[in-house]
Amino acid sequence: MKKQNTFIVAAAVTAAVIAAFWLLLAAPGYTGNEINMPRGVTSQSMMSYQLHMIILWVCVVIGVLVFSAMFISIVLHRKSKGHEAAQFTHSMKAEIIWTLIPVLILIVMAVPATTALIHMEVAPETEMTIKITGFQWRWKYEYVEDDIQFISSLHADSNAARRLASGTDPDSVENYLLEVDKPLVLPANTKIKFLITADDVIHSWWVPALGWKRDAIPGFINEAWTEIMEPGVYRGQCAELCGKDHGFMPIVLNVLPRAEYELWTQQQHQGMAREQAETERLWTREELMKQGENVYAAQCATCHQADGQGLAPAFPALAGSGVTNGPLNDNIEIVLHGREGTAMQAWGTMLSETDIAAALTYTRNAFGNETGDVVQPRTIARIKNG
Amino acid sequence: MSIESHDAAHDDNHDHKPTGFLNRWLFTTNHKDIGTLYLVFALLMFFIGGSMAMVIRAELFMPGLQLVEPEFFNQMTTMHALIMVFGAVMPAWVGFANWNIPMMIGAPDMALPRMNNWSFWILPFAFTMLLSTLFMDSGGPAAGWTLYPPLSLQGGQSFAFVVFSIHMMGISSIMGSINVIATILNMRAPGMSLMKMPLFVWTWLITAFLLIAVMPVLAGAVTMLLTDHFFGTSFFNAAGGGDPVMFQHIFWFFGHPEVYIMILPAFGVISEILPTFSRKPLFGYTAMVYATASIAFLSFIVWAHHMFTVGMPLTGELFFMYATLLIAVPTGVKVFNWVSTMWKGSMTFETPMLFAIGFVVLFTIGGLSGLMLAIAAADLQYHDTYFVVAHFHYVLVPGSVFALMAGVYYWLPKWTGRMYSEKWGKIHFWISAISVNILFFPQHYLGLAGMPRRIPDYSTQFADFNMISSIGGFIFGASQLIFVGVVAHCVFRSRQAATGRVWEGAKGLEWTLSSPPPYHSFNTPPVIDSSTVAHAEGTH
Repeated sequence: MKKQNTFIVAAAVTAAVIAAFWLLLAAPGYTGNEINMPRGVTSQSMMSYQLHMIILWVCVVIGVLVFSAMFISIVLHRKSKGHEAAQFTHSMKAEIIWTLIPVLILIVMAVPATTALIHMEVAPETEMTIKITGFQWRWKYEYVEDDIQFISSLHADSNAARRLASGTDPDSVENYLLEVDKPLVLPANTKIKFLITADDVIHSWWVPALGWKRDAIPGFINEAWTEIMEPGVYRGQCAELCGKDHGFMPIVLNVLPRAEYELWTQQQHQGMAREQAETERLWTREELMKQGENVYAAQCATCHQADGQGLAPAFPALAGSGVTNGPLNDNIEIVLHGREGTAMQAWGTMLSETDIAAALTYTRNAFGNETGDVVQPRTIARIKNG
Repeated sequence: MSIESHDAAHDDNHDHKPTGFLNRWLFTTNHKDIGTLYLVFALLMFFIGGSMAMVIRAELFMPGLQLVEPEFFNQMTTMHALIMVFGAVMPAWVGFANWNIPMMIGAPDMALPRMNNWSFWILPFAFTMLLSTLFMDSGGPAAGWTLYPPLSLQGGQSFAFVVFSIHMMGISSIMGSINVIATILNMRAPGMSLMKMPLFVWTWLITAFLLIAVMPVLAGAVTMLLTDHFFGTSFFNAAGGGDPVMFQHIFWFFGHPEVYIMILPAFGVISEILPTFSRKPLFGYTAMVYATASIAFLSFIVWAHHMFTVGMPLTGELFFMYATLLIAVPTGVKVFNWVSTMWKGSMTFETPMLFAIGFVVLFTIGGLSGLMLAIAAADLQYHDTYFVVAHFHYVLVPGSVFALMAGVYYWLPKWTGRMYSEKWGKIHFWISAISVNILFFPQHYLGLAGMPRRIPDYSTQFADFNMISSIGGFIFGASQLIFVGVVAHCVFRSRQAATGRVWEGAKGLEWTLSSPPPYHSFNTPPVIDSSTVAHAEGTH
């Protein structure tokens, strides 16, 4: 008798643990972002959410039925209670019933699942296009119609705090790992087409509030679309393992009302004009070194490390390297076009001429390298434009 | 002790068991010794892979990087999966096949004993080679066990060792499968027709065909990776005219049947254990056989449900969604039949039964979350998150691994001739069953709330559930040491002899032999009648 009690208590504890978890997830009161899929801010995210909740409830009901039958049997049909075993072995009727009923449930389930998938995948007429390029470990955004483009990387605060044993408490960093230097600014209530691709390895662009993720694959251009109903800031991150810093390439959307968005694009164009003027003028060595140090820290140090020592074997040292101390033109060539078969990016399309010139000046005169070269932004512009 | 086992014990003295350690183990052609080798090897790999999981859970205990660099973290996730899939679960099932199939079908040994030896002994070399990459300059594989290019091609020279070790595992699996098929089709005792075979034998027969069908596909895929990496081909390099998505299609054409390779023998074991401790025949034997075959067939036409986000055409996505939903039907049939087997039985709850019941409940939870993942539109959210991690760990850990534990406790008295400690077996079960839920259930929430898989560090909103999950992980990991203790005690110390029948309700040919069984299981074919057959349908 005592043994049996222990068993029932233990079984009840286990069942309670499982049931508590399930209820937590399925209870309508607990549908916040913490433990359930977000409802999101697009028609697509609403659809994924609704489908998720329907199929979750179907599963809960099936689970409760099956497990109840089992536990009733476990309580009643035990030898210790003197229950004699029946000897039935099969029933064609039962087999047919529990084959057909699941088939019917699945057919009923397939209807909304199909409708939702068609809605999510078939893009309507869109009003603007954003090209997204994933590369290790940043996102590049190009506003196709507006001729704006920039790179979005992990925010410097998170980037410093996430180093191994950095000593910084992640709780002290705002939006730890989910903050970028330049968010993707989008207009609300606008049908937007995304063209998604990658430069090096496969990434996946995912903002849960939009309701989908789409792989960014080198050599492929995937399409997706959205229409965000509410202005706000939405966060996501890369969802496909893409190397060591896969966990550190977040996505931040800053969704603005239409008018504010127009204002933002104007500011961007003005900024671009200023940048153009900067490229044309002659820079001093000090200016370039200072800017270069910043560019290096933001873009290059992930792989080549802050001290220029690299990270063997994949990421070579720049300190004392034959490239940073060799002919300048070869060095420019590698930075602009990358190096096939390695993680070295083609930075020519990613960074401004000024940033590239500054980074080159810096790396050829830092970490003990002493070429004395001063690389002017307009030199880079000339080489880039052939 | 019965007269029957006295005779068998007498026979023991004339079985020409090889003498000397090397002769007995290195050159063995005996199905039981090879089975033991497989099981011991699998247990070792289970702990090596498990210790990698401990590293992963320790790093994920809190936000921020405390213990390992991201690159090493990626090596741990990749190696953990490769070791657990190819080193622990699959060899463990081959160990079960070796020990039990000849005894269950009334054969003296496996059909191809020398190949049997070879298929085991290449495994230690394959895994030594795989593990050695962790100590090489370019480190172990870090692109996930799926080895997706182009990322996997960024690995260094050690990648060649990874590919070669996968080739060796594949050769081992294929040889093992050929042996299983040859044994089952040729060595059954007279009267043991296919539809009288125990379900464990049936599920292994089907598993063996799956293995032969898909292991060469994996070998082809990794060979193409090898030539892309070292010989300048462009199978998967878009810049050279190749197609990185093609690798994913090929990989998952292997990968989806592979997950059934790990679970079908588990279905078989559960179908043996539930009837024994319910003292009632398995319900719906024929339906179980057909359901297993259907699952195996469907496993070949659902592979791209792992790829809903790669940008397939809509019609392709719909096809793979419908086909995947269909799998729920035969899987449901299995669960319903198990519950019906228990229904109106006369149940007792020894350790194997506890693990079997734990399997049915927790595997069903994993199956249901699989049903959720099949809904393509929702999968665009679930994909590559911790929800997926929770799903496949539910079907693999309290699924396959619980079935393995159940099987070990069930047949250990038969294999060794001694009883294990029931008390410690039960303690092992309850700690495992509770901690495995603390470990994996919160991962559903993490995934739904937006935590991607394969990241070494995470945003602070995910902190609580990660900590709970890690605590569950540490308890689960530590509690497996109890298992080793129970098994070691049973093998080396236990004084309580097991009878031939071992369990009151046990049916099937293996229970007609002594415990431990004679070295060459059945030297003369047994007579098959309804009292010796494990499952006899048709008698009401």
